Amino acid sequence: MKGQVLWVFMTALVAALFAASLLVGPAGLGLAESLRALFTGQGDAVVLVMRDIRLPRAILGLLVGASLGLAGAAMQGFLRNPLAEPGLIGVSATAALGAVLALQTGVAALFALALPLSALAGAALSVVLILLLAGPRGGALALILAGIAISALAGAATSLVLNLSPNPFAAMEIVFWMMGSLADRSMTHVWLGAPFILGGMALLLSTGRGLDALTLGEDVAQTMGLNMNRLRLSIVFGTAAAIGAAVAVAGAVGFVGLVVPHLMRPLVGARPSRLLPAAALGGAAMVLAADVAVRVIAPDTDLKLGVLTALVGAPFFLHLIWRMRREEA
Amino acid sequence: MRAFRPSFKRVVLALALWAGANAAAVADAPQRVVSMNLCTDQLAMLLAAPGQLISVSHLASDPLSSSMVDEAAAYPVNRGAAEQVFLMRPDLVLAGTYTAQASVDLLRGLGVTVVQVPPAESLADVARQMRQVGEALGRVAEGEAMAAAFEAATAQYPQAEAPATAAFYYPNGYTAGSGTLADEVLNLTGFRNIGADAGMTGGGILPLERLVIAQPQIIITSRPYPGASRSEEILVHPALRAVQDAAGKARMTDADWVCGTPHLLRAIAAMAEARAILAPAP
Repeated sequence: MKGQVLWVFMTALVAALFAASLLVGPAGLGLAESLRALFTGQGDAVVLVMRDIRLPRAILGLLVGASLGLAGAAMQGFLRNPLAEPGLIGVSATAALGAVLALQTGVAALFALALPLSALAGAALSVVLILLLAGPRGGALALILAGIAISALAGAATSLVLNLSPNPFAAMEIVFWMMGSLADRSMTHVWLGAPFILGGMALLLSTGRGLDALTLGEDVAQTMGLNMNRLRLSIVFGTAAAIGAAVAVAGAVGFVGLVVPHLMRPLVGARPSRLLPAAALGGAAMVLAADVAVRVIAPDTDLKLGVLTALVGAPFFLHLIWRMRREEA
Repeated sequence: MRAFRPSFKRVVLALALWAGANAAAVADAPQRVVSMNLCTDQLAMLLAAPGQLISVSHLASDPLSSSMVDEAAAYPVNRGAAEQVFLMRPDLVLAGTYTAQASVDLLRGLGVTVVQVPPAESLADVARQMRQVGEALGRVAEGEAMAAAFEAATAQYPQAEAPATAAFYYPNGYTAGSGTLADEVLNLTGFRNIGADAGMTGGGILPLERLVIAQPQIIITSRPYPGASRSEEILVHPALRAVQDAAGKARMTDADWVCGTPHLLRAIAAMAEARAILAPAP
């Protein structure tokens, strides 16, 4: 697909999935009835369902998906490594740990921003660790191994904290933090997450030019006037803010950041400045589609988003490893 | 009760025998009873003879689940593990039917008599259990008296002509449908259960959307546990709040709702009071 057509198509796809997310739900409302309630605020209970239950869910699906796709593309560009992805390299897991710590220590109850900030701090910590352990010259193996170690550690710490909680439900929520879900979120979560997600995404989108230059190699890029330190800081804080806030409100949804950039590359080309916005749209479409699917497949149970994204993403991941092996051989 | 030494207890027993009153029942009655289920804990504390019950489960001292926290403080606590219970040398163990099945099997294998009491799913079950526990403890008359009093108390509620709508809403969107004790309490006190209307049998998940659309006149939620959980966040969801505000007074279930004991009557009375305040259903 060329030029404008692709962008129009992607935007239309995201808009259609956003609408589907608003119109699909266990309450089984009529189309006209739900749209009237959403836009005019007429019809009591239907308005509540549309504006307070489905709208925040659709908005969060859009934001969480976009931030995951964008962060995946940015990390792959910066690390020049096709396996970089917030879920696989432990960023989502440490963000979840940060969020769980804020909730279980009670800090999140004292001031609301503590939840996204603490998740952001967790995410930032792991991005820095990853850059140290498997920086641009670290290679795929170092990246994945460091990611496995960080994910395992953060996952274990999260489980420990939740198991020690005096709340009997907390331990049951380990799966939410590892798989992610948008069920029964409210506008509160949107207000809490959106500023950080949008800020982080703006920072990541601003790295497009720098990442373009980086494709020529670090030395060439620096002679072209690229400020590596600034680029690094933008990647770290952009990813931490976007992923941290997304995980704080929706849990860790895996594989979106891996699959989407690879799907978009053949369509927009490998140039990061074009890939980044395309990956954001693709990520939004993937998470919105997954969130509609969980409601269609199992309307009365909270099927986790990560289940569907992993069903698509994990085989894709295996395929990538297979291809890399063949190239190395 | 730790202070009671076996020798002293034998003296008590001898005195009882000497008194001659229902001598046969006392001789057959178990002398060292351990309860390892929240509901049998409370029935046993109410029905047992002094010194007969030697331990209750740790849940009996949890104010969110137990109506008898103060009474439970007088008993040594067990956590339902076979090893711990066996070392108390019980001659009767009271247990539930769902939890700790492995412990129950192990205790039976070790030759301990275990009486399992199923969870109460109806008001009739409650009375049945009072008699069952009374019988197991050799306190047939006490059990019968408690059951009869319970039956008389529930029989005084008249059949409601225009039931108001009500729904239970617990963490994770869990609700009680038909065939539950909670459902029967609603029906008894003049309510129609939204969960049962939604076609639910037993407990299950009612999506928040469907609860909002059903607009029950009263929503009964649970008291949050200490510490945070995402499961309980649904209870402060703005959409649920809006329905609760429209419904007027919000109610919460407490420990009185958990088990089929005489304390359930307090919960029933509270619901009847809530029904009296509400205007009749349209």
